[in-house]
Amino acid sequence: MSQMVSLTVDGRRVSVPAGTMLREACRAAGETPPALCWHEHLTPANACRACVVQVHDSRALVAACSRPVAEDMVVETNTPRVLNARKIIAELLASAIDPQRAPDLLELVQATGADVGRFGGATPRVEPVKDDNPFFVRDYSQCILCYRCVEACGVDAQNTFAISAAGRGVSARIDAAYDRTLPESDCVFCGNCVAVCPTGALIDRQEWQLRSQAVWDPARITTTETVCSFCGVGCTLSLQVMDNRIVKVTSPHDNPVTHGMLCVKGRYGYAYVQAGDP
Amino acid sequence: MSEVRRLLPEPGVTSAPASWTRMVERGYAEAYARLLTTDPGDIIREVVDSGLAGRGGAAFPTGRKWASVAAAPVLTRYVIMNADESEPGTFKDRVLLEHDPLGPLIGLLIAARAVGARQGYVYLRGEYPDLERTMRQALAVLEKPGWIGPEGVSVEIRRGAGAYIAGEETALFNSIEGRRPEPRVKPPFPATHGLFGLPTLIQNVETLANVAQLFVHGAPWFRQVGTATTPGTKLVAVSGHVTRPGVYEVPFGIPLQTVLDDPQLAAGIAGSGQLQCVLLGGSAGTFLSPPEVAGAVLDYGPLRALGASIGSGAIMVFDHTVEMRRILIQLAAFFADESCGQCVPCRIGTRRLLDILQADALARREPDLRDLASAMRDASICGLGQTAPMALLSAIDRPALWEDICASKGGQSL
Ligand SMILES: Cc1cc2nc3c(=O)[nH]c(=O)nc-3n(C[C@H](O)[C@H](O)[C@H](O)COP(=O)(O)O)c2cc1C
Ligand code: SF4
Ligand code: SF4
Ligand code: SF4
Repeated sequence: MSQMVSLTVDGRRVSVPAGTMLREACRAAGETPPALCWHEHLTPANACRACVVQVHDSRALVAACSRPVAEDMVVETNTPRVLNARKIIAELLASAIDPQRAPDLLELVQATGADVGRFGGATPRVEPVKDDNPFFVRDYSQCILCYRCVEACGVDAQNTFAISAAGRGVSARIDAAYDRTLPESDCVFCGNCVAVCPTGALIDRQEWQLRSQAVWDPARITTTETVCSFCGVGCTLSLQVMDNRIVKVTSPHDNPVTHGMLCVKGRYGYAYVQAGDP
Repeated sequence: MSEVRRLLPEPGVTSAPASWTRMVERGYAEAYARLLTTDPGDIIREVVDSGLAGRGGAAFPTGRKWASVAAAPVLTRYVIMNADESEPGTFKDRVLLEHDPLGPLIGLLIAARAVGARQGYVYLRGEYPDLERTMRQALAVLEKPGWIGPEGVSVEIRRGAGAYIAGEETALFNSIEGRRPEPRVKPPFPATHGLFGLPTLIQNVETLANVAQLFVHGAPWFRQVGTATTPGTKLVAVSGHVTRPGVYEVPFGIPLQTVLDDPQLAAGIAGSGQLQCVLLGGSAGTFLSPPEVAGAVLDYGPLRALGASIGSGAIMVFDHTVEMRRILIQLAAFFADESCGQCVPCRIGTRRLLDILQADALARREPDLRDLASAMRDASICGLGQTAPMALLSAIDRPALWEDICASKGGQSL
């Protein structure tokens, strides 16, 4: 059994295993902080800063996702400083992208009472949609730079390292090696970046097309779980079906085999199912 | 009380800066001989006793930092000279390295012995190519007797590529490692997890120059100038509307007014001759009104009462004709451009500060500016985002200055 660490969160005493992050301790106290970049199967990027909490004896606020717990830490998750920081973060993000297309951000906006127009008026970065491959589309004007895609493409899942951050300030962006198109890059089109993107900046091409034709309708989509038939690994697939046609394939994030990650065949190789007889 | 030259050589010193003659003339050769017979623990004790604090901006006690690196459980350690100096109005490290490159390098060798490092780096601002030549000559001088090299401490020069953020210590480690200079989350701190994840001591150029002088003359001598709490001298970079802009070495505790007026120092307000304000401490510093300037002394304790700090030692002086809103816009543009882009409060926040300063109805945006500034200070990952709104806040807190700023036109970016 691993060693336990005891600390105080909002006046409540909690014990969590040593080496875990403050986020776990907050969760144990029933005060899970909001987050946009954090993802259960990815290394914390510590980028959105929405999960900041106040730690006694620390000058600045602390990101709960990436601060290891320590014995007798005193943590507060709802002080005026914390609430202001979270609200401003929601307002800043809402000034940069469309929250209606990013459910997690919309939730943060609502939870913090953010005024989405407060810092609005100018989009930091307007970029044409990148539609350069048959599998997914990249609309980086909707990107919050959460680094989830970079991590999924790197050691956390795919180990392909096709994409990384480039540029600085509001010109910072996700880039496939010196602004190459994805087919020219190392990308293998596994779509794992798409699977973890929280904002719709990365979106399957099929979904994007149906949405732009205003045909995409979540109310008409049913999900069927099955096992991928391409190889012996046996990844669980969730087939999303609209009007008796597969419109999207994912895998559940809590699936012990896939953790939501697939390869290009499982995620995008479904056209044959509905191809009809030759 | 005016200039006290310790780090900068006396005007009488005419030997070539990167030469063996200079090494002997400045006492560094003797200091190195003493170094070899001094126990690392005693070296650290001497630095602690001197009361030396970091000169790169944060004024962290140097001896304490050395002790924590020396105590790190891993035996491969690194020492780094931070010569990335990229903040507007800060140019003292450049002048120091031009005039006496051997001093900071000797300081680096002392640091290496104290913490047990066999490898050191000089991280030099990319826009200082002339200085790289000087530094290579200085390294050659130290390589000859084997002080630098496989038998002593290996020292390599790394040049930055134009990003201000690479001067932040953990971003600098990433840069040396060949990665994007994004600051890392702290803790873990450099003393245990620095360059290549190993214990690392990183110091500013001027801090290391002080270490060399300390080792030449000893701690009691070191404490002879300055104040009891802040011993020693500080290099200040004075720019803007003064008669003699430049870098001066002054004792801590000197009145700010003396720095501006002394004929040996900045020699009086130039331009219109009428002082409007001083930006003390660099781009993230504090605006001081003329009465505040008149009462200020260059020491951390007393300056804290004014909400100010010495920072890197930049002193920017503005006469009464300067449209201060343009200066605020320029500072905001600097931070918006230099943010590494990693975290939301800084990446978008610095941009929004700039937007607001450039738009109309500035006075009405004060509550928004204050909330945004608090969030940036509280929730940004590193010092850049945390301090980017400081100068602006100090302007808001000075009603006369802020009224002028709000009344003047926003105008375009510069
Ligand atoms: C955005 C940013 C830029 C910095 N740039 C420099 C720099 O150019 N030179 C420097 O010595 N320290 C710089 N620092 C401070 C370093 O992180 C570090 O504290 C310093 O090198 C420690 O040396 P000292 O204790 O001798 O001052 C910077 C810090 C921040 C947050
Ligand atoms: S599709 Fe796969 S390989 Fe391509 S960028 Fe995304 S994660 Fe990387
Ligand atoms: S594209 Fe999506 S996953 Fe990648 S950084 Fe942007 S928002 Fe995050
Ligand atoms: S505060 Fe700014 S410079 Fe520092 S890590 Fe965040 S975005 Fe980068």
